[in-house]
Amino acid sequence: MKENLIKYILGIADNSLILGQRLSELCGHGPSLETDIALTNISLDLLGQTRSYFQYAAKLKGENTTEDDLAFLRKERQYLNALLVEQPNGDFAHTIVRQFLFDGFHLLFLEQLRTCADTQLAAIAEKSIKEVKYHFRFSSEWVKRLGDGTEESHEKMQVAINDLWIFTNELFLMTDAETAMHREGIGVDLESLRADYQEQISEIVEEATLQIPETKYWQKGGKQGIHSEQMGYILADMQYMQRAYPNMQW
Amino acid sequence: MSQKEINLLEDFEQKIKDDVKIEPKNWMPEKYRKTHIRQISQHAHSEIVGMLPEGNWVSRAPTLRRKVALLAKVQDEAGHGLYLYSAAETLGITRDELFEQLHSGKAKYSSIFNYPTVTWADIGAIGWLVDGAAIINQVMLTNTSYGPYARAMVRICKEESFHQRQGYEIMMTLCNGTEEQKEMAQDALNRWWWPSMMMFGPTDAESTHTAQSMEWKLKRKTNDELRQMFVDQTKPQADLIGLTIPDKDLKWNEERGKHDFGEIDWEEFWQVVKGHGPCNKERIAARVKAYDEGKWVRDAAMAYAEKQAQKEAATQPISKTA
Ligand SMILES: [Fe+2]
Ligand SMILES: [Fe+2]
Repeated sequence: MKENLIKYILGIADNSLILGQRLSELCGHGPSLETDIALTNISLDLLGQTRSYFQYAAKLKGENTTEDDLAFLRKERQYLNALLVEQPNGDFAHTIVRQFLFDGFHLLFLEQLRTCADTQLAAIAEKSIKEVKYHFRFSSEWVKRLGDGTEESHEKMQVAINDLWIFTNELFLMTDAETAMHREGIGVDLESLRADYQEQISEIVEEATLQIPETKYWQKGGKQGIHSEQMGYILADMQYMQRAYPNMQW
Repeated sequence: MSQKEINLLEDFEQKIKDDVKIEPKNWMPEKYRKTHIRQISQHAHSEIVGMLPEGNWVSRAPTLRRKVALLAKVQDEAGHGLYLYSAAETLGITRDELFEQLHSGKAKYSSIFNYPTVTWADIGAIGWLVDGAAIINQVMLTNTSYGPYARAMVRICKEESFHQRQGYEIMMTLCNGTEEQKEMAQDALNRWWWPSMMMFGPTDAESTHTAQSMEWKLKRKTNDELRQMFVDQTKPQADLIGLTIPDKDLKWNEERGKHDFGEIDWEEFWQVVKGHGPCNKERIAARVKAYDEGKWVRDAAMAYAEKQAQKEAATQPISKTA
């Protein structure tokens, strides 16, 4: 039970960590000061959530584990985030679509997690919902703005949706730890979120005059720790200090 | 000059004398407007170019706590840029024009940001020294004569002092750490000390337009006075954490009640000001890239807003009284 709970928490946390890390790469390079500040805000929220989850998981793990051990000292195969969040920032269309596709899921997920039997997780979810509501509003507005902006922006957005849609299915596939936690009344029933997700995402995509691509083939693996080739570089960057200077206080 | 203009000028000068703020709608001499556009935009550019060297370490910050703090700090600098561009815009210039000046090299920004951040300790050194020097320069501006600039400075100064403490705390942590960490801190101080000293600008003897700036309260103290304050403030802080300022001439002068210090390498100063520092090209290239790549996004946002406004106008009920 404890092993599965820890694994479950890490899975949730890793999504926020890796997406927060990705967004933080953009700080100072956004298309306008306003969007730069807004994306940094989202990154800060996600990293804040990550810390809450990791602090909880570290406590469960015991043996003086810290949030930073979990963030920086695991091997690539031990990170459990979905493939979607590790996708590169690309152009602003890719950044926004990645965010939008994750936010829609994230919000539905937290709304269920808020009612779970684990009071700590429920509390973190409760606190995060307010933030993620704002994220989803922000990314949805940009999807509409860019989808229905100029011909050029419309085209770029459609390319981004076509590129990233294939990663959405994985968000709803239950891992063993997720299934076990669901049985305990803690884990979210991911399959049950699918219909709402489809509906909410489609509505906005349609309003943005864009289309969700037809696809028969999906990508998965991140949640099992089998990542894209991107992931090693994210970790090389993120873990650099902890690996180069082990066991120090910063 | 017509009688009307003479009256306006007298009214303006009286306001400055009485410490009444000049507001965007007030009349002001053309030279006042131009000088303020130049200074405020230069300041705004420094904030956003300054995001780059520190942003360089966000993805590699050693702990989650440090990552979040650094990210928030760099974001604060973006906010400072935003207030300052807005203040400059009140003087009748657009943000696009200001960016154009930065990108073409016509507008300057603080030279300190043309140095590379090569280790994590540089993040501590920048907060401690660069934000520290910035505060000394900026505190006097909270009282400057142009209202929007003065108000922007009040908000900014509060955050800068927070940055300064945060940077110093990073250095302190390193100094309390392993030998390797302490060396990293000392090395960062060695590299950032002189560029920080240069932040106050040329010596008073070399400095142009100081008298005019004093009158308009763009300056209250001279470059050399400010530099002295910086040395006197920073030396004891370095001592406290066991770091050595890389200046063999630095010593307490009992008679003056101040520190004496060594000569700045003015050749290096001018080299960097003129665009030949270690990172001048990279910094501008990064800004130009972000701006160019963002063009389609800004265009789309504009087009969308126009479409929305048209839609709204079309659905607006026709007023009966019209
Ligand atoms: Fe600043
Ligand atoms: Fe600052």
